[in-house]
Amino acid sequence: MTALATKQLTKTYAGGKVALHGIDLTVDAGAFFGLLGPNGAGKSTLIGIVSTLVTKTAGKVRVFGHDLDLDPWAAKSQIGLVPQEFNFNTFETVAQIVLNQAGYYGIPRRVARQRAERYLKNLGLWERRDSVSRTLSGGMKRRLMIARALIHEPRLLILDEPTAGVDIELRRSMWDFLRHINDQGTTIILTTHYLEEAESLCRDIAIIDDGRIIENTDIKTLLRRLSTHAFLLDVTDIPKELPELPAFSLHQVDETTLEVEVPRERALTEVFAALAEHGITVSSMRNKSNRLEELFVRLLKWHGEHKETAE
Amino acid sequence: MITPSERLRTAAVSLATLVRKETHRYLRIWMQTLLPPAITMTLYFVIFGGLIGPRIGPMEGYSYMEFIAPGIIMLAVITNSYGNVVSSFFGAKFQRHIEELLVSPTPNIVILLGYVAGGVGRGLLTGAIVTGVALFFTRLPVEHPVITISVVVLTATLFSIGGFINAIYAKKFDDIAIIPTFILTPLTYLGGVFYSLSLLPEFWQTVSLANPILYMVNAFRYGVLGTADIHIAVAYAMMLGFIVLFGMFALYLLNRGTGLRA
Repeated sequence: MTALATKQLTKTYAGGKVALHGIDLTVDAGAFFGLLGPNGAGKSTLIGIVSTLVTKTAGKVRVFGHDLDLDPWAAKSQIGLVPQEFNFNTFETVAQIVLNQAGYYGIPRRVARQRAERYLKNLGLWERRDSVSRTLSGGMKRRLMIARALIHEPRLLILDEPTAGVDIELRRSMWDFLRHINDQGTTIILTTHYLEEAESLCRDIAIIDDGRIIENTDIKTLLRRLSTHAFLLDVTDIPKELPELPAFSLHQVDETTLEVEVPRERALTEVFAALAEHGITVSSMRNKSNRLEELFVRLLKWHGEHKETAE
Repeated sequence: MITPSERLRTAAVSLATLVRKETHRYLRIWMQTLLPPAITMTLYFVIFGGLIGPRIGPMEGYSYMEFIAPGIIMLAVITNSYGNVVSSFFGAKFQRHIEELLVSPTPNIVILLGYVAGGVGRGLLTGAIVTGVALFFTRLPVEHPVITISVVVLTATLFSIGGFINAIYAKKFDDIAIIPTFILTPLTYLGGVFYSLSLLPEFWQTVSLANPILYMVNAFRYGVLGTADIHIAVAYAMMLGFIVLFGMFALYLLNRGTGLRA
């Protein structure tokens, strides 16, 4: 079953800027879907249209088969939105915000109270339920927005940069929570600038640039396209002249660090053996950068060059 | 498949939530919403009714205090119902928590009704407070209770819708003060709150008839005192006509997403 389908979705803003150029996107039910792209690529516009905060210029949106134009009630009932910026009433308490949101979705107060307790406890906000929202920390505000988005138990949860500005510990706990929600059957669409986050959470991915989808596949297929992996090696006894290693590209970063590019088909142990032959001992190693990040940059670069050529 | 009755039930819950939220809002900040009109209107009664009134003498067969009391009550109802909706809805836009409603399946008519109900609630509560204050200064016979209540409800409804439209168009806080300051207040003061239309020269009497607030103030005065400068039927027609017109316009703006959706 399809959770979200957009067809030829187009948005031209009043000033004439075209934010989306006929986007066709399909997200399967149960997916953990990553929507990536540089700033201004059109991610937020796309999410805005799906959540009806932005009016589309043309195209169709269907949410679990419900047409957003023909049956907005049914389509909107399926969606929970966690926007990028805090958008709750800063004069209301945590409980009021969550209960009111439940009410807007037609959930009776009695049921809403039970759900509010469950989600606020799950997200570590129960003790602060009577606190006025403006007194919460940044991380708590983020979690409040997630609780609010989940209170009507949507089948499709859309998160726009949910962990922006959140410390690492909280980010990891939010990942666990989102994985749990996804395991329970909620389809999740996530936009993020942290590609490590997308690589860790998402099974499927779309990359959007300049209002166009330039890649839409599962993350494993995407990562398979990387022909080499780059590693940073912490070493001892680097000789004055670096040895030439056939099949590997090696260069020195600083006095104790080497960078090596390893083709996908070669084993890393071959690098260690070759270095050992030249008296170089590897004490530790790490990925040079996130693999997805590398691909992301390459794809955007390719798309940029391709666009320039086409123009 | 969701049945129509289920949708209706859902819409009813949405409306109840919105009305509760709006009511809670103006009760929570009662020092800003309910107390000031009580103080201001007390001053009106003291200065215009108590100090200046006796020198003016009776008007339309009533003491000046009795004559102005219905107008002052309406003044409070108009400014508070308008002010409640314009500030609440614009505040929601400004803080962007209006998005909570926009992303939900709450129908636009429910959004409009919810905010208007909040405005009407505050308008009526303020009207009741000012009436209580007025009773310390004068008697209010309430000759036609049904007319009195229906006129105050219709007036509060109309100005709540007006406040809603103002808030939709407002882009900054200045924009929500312009209409009340430059249009609403002058029209209210010139709407026969403090004087009878018969005191004006004929030309200005005719001009005054173009002021819709005149009809509301006079209809309310008719309900309370049993006297008015205008026909009650015309007042009802105007109020109902404007409510339908403004209500449809507000709904049209909501459906278009004017001032709300990019």
